Amino acid sequence: MATQPPQIDPRQLLEQMMLIRAYEEILIAGSVTGKIPGTCTSVGQEAAAVGVVNALTAADLILTNHRSAGHLLARGADPGRLLAEVMGRSDGYCKGKSGSLHISAKELGVVLTSTIVGAELSLAPGVALSQTMFGRPGIVVCFFGDGAACEGSFHESLNLAALWQLPILYVCENNQWQAFVHRREAMSREHVTDWAASYGIPARTVDGNDVVSVLAAAQAATAQVRESRRPCLLETWTYRSRGHFEPDDQSYVDSAEREAWLARDPIANCRDRLIADGRLDATEAAALVEKIASRIAVAQAFADASPFPAADELTRDVYA
Amino acid sequence: MPSLTLYDAVGEALGEEMRRNPGVLVFGEGVATKRHALVEEFGPLRVRNTPLSEGIIAGTAVGAAATGLRPVIDLLFAPFLCYAMDELVNSAGKLRYISGGQFAFPLVTLAMTGAGWGVGAQHNHNLEAWFVHSPGLKVVMPSNPADAKALLKTAIRDDNPVLFFLDIGLLYQPGEVPLGDQQLSLGLAAIAREGQDVTLVSYGKTVHHCLQAAHTLAEKGIAAEVIDLRSLKPLDEAAILASVTKTGRLIVVHEANRLCGVGAEIAALVAEYAFAALQAPIIRLGGPDAPVASSYPLEQAFVPQAETIAAAAQRLFSPHYA
Repeated sequence: MATQPPQIDPRQLLEQMMLIRAYEEILIAGSVTGKIPGTCTSVGQEAAAVGVVNALTAADLILTNHRSAGHLLARGADPGRLLAEVMGRSDGYCKGKSGSLHISAKELGVVLTSTIVGAELSLAPGVALSQTMFGRPGIVVCFFGDGAACEGSFHESLNLAALWQLPILYVCENNQWQAFVHRREAMSREHVTDWAASYGIPARTVDGNDVVSVLAAAQAATAQVRESRRPCLLETWTYRSRGHFEPDDQSYVDSAEREAWLARDPIANCRDRLIADGRLDATEAAALVEKIASRIAVAQAFADASPFPAADELTRDVYA
Repeated sequence: MPSLTLYDAVGEALGEEMRRNPGVLVFGEGVATKRHALVEEFGPLRVRNTPLSEGIIAGTAVGAAATGLRPVIDLLFAPFLCYAMDELVNSAGKLRYISGGQFAFPLVTLAMTGAGWGVGAQHNHNLEAWFVHSPGLKVVMPSNPADAKALLKTAIRDDNPVLFFLDIGLLYQPGEVPLGDQQLSLGLAAIAREGQDVTLVSYGKTVHHCLQAAHTLAEKGIAAEVIDLRSLKPLDEAAILASVTKTGRLIVVHEANRLCGVGAEIAALVAEYAFAALQAPIIRLGGPDAPVASSYPLEQAFVPQAETIAAAAQRLFSPHYA
């Protein structure tokens, strides 16, 4: 490794995860009352998003999918503009035309979010090709799930990225669930890394519920992509604590498996460890909760005050 | 004026645009194998062969276009576009709009189709109307080498995704192509032949069938006007309406299946906006609701021929409609 990765205060990681959780809890509550359209949340997967995004530089570009709140917020997205987008308001990142499912934020380097499972994988090589052809330093990080790994686009993407030597870090958030089907029913192999290996792409699996482990693994993987200018794959082994799409009663979920994962909640784990290590005290922990609640309240007020798009937005931005 | 085939006119347009803009690159199935001159001039990074993976070829073009490149991809035969539908329709066509205009997708997709080589239904399927129906995309299908070159140059400079269909039957027909940087606006039809009595609207190889029919009709005292659409989206509605307003009679002719084809849209357009000018019913001539057979006579029978077009036009002058 050419340079040591920057030291990141784990309290920052905890705060980012708490913000993501609090933001998505607003979406969940709103979907029950009907105030906010239903969404796909990433509750339980916060460590995977925060750990990877904190390993990136400002020059790196992110492609993500329908479960994107963690990636966007960890990248510095304004929760008010995110919430406005989900609520179809004109101050959203996409002027209210995306809703929750395909939010891109070019200013943050979060490009080309697609909710077609696997499309992020089909678009990533082209983004990396631009980086390469223009000699830009940034690498490309593509977040997808184990469901997308079962699409043909996963295999076509990895083959082309290996063949054309494209600087992509593929991040599979293996959350055990592919919409309403458990990955065991859908995958011929236990791990997505098994498939990456067949394309000659270095790959490893990391505990996706431990933000410190994810960060370390992502720093190593991004360093490898930066140096080699070739693809790598990181599988974050995690769990989708909520259903596929809010609201969802999760009647199809194995409760023993779910309980075991909930006991390993990434936020509680991180907080408890910081307290045990003496890096966070109870007062600071309580202050963090207050701070985030206040940010969410501001975000909610901003989104509520944002107007719906004007009627002439119906056909604007179809063509360049 | 030099004479070129449509295939070579495409090569000239690619070369000129790659020379002009270093962000233009071309990749696809066998592109580097077949277009030696481009590889020699621009090198293997800008002219690339790909795996036979239409989805990832198109997806890569979409990602590249959104981040500064101007890719041209060659997917060979139009039915192979089925493998790339998600990337072209859901990504290229929609991601500009649903991102609130944050991205543009300047990319061109080349695909061959049409009767001529007996390649059968999985290589010959005129499915251009599918893309006309999909928002965010433009659709072009030239009828001669000069237009192919000029339209492709414009398509490469356009900031939107363009589906560029090459008619197999016209691919190796020579035609005069002007030297220099000729361009043609997308959405501008050509009046291939002027006439006052009946309008024949077409695109691709059936433009030539319409011109043959017009010749036959002239001998019988009927002056047919032939409109070559060149671009299906945007569609030159003004040219169509102006012509029908003048002639009062319309026949739309294309090789694609008649059912829900581009001709249906044109017929509806004229019925809606030029009804008062019509002196006879609109006729649509197109392929049947059937896959294309490989067998030569069946392949040719799929396509509206000059005799059929001339006969249809004559029906519009029967005393019944007078």
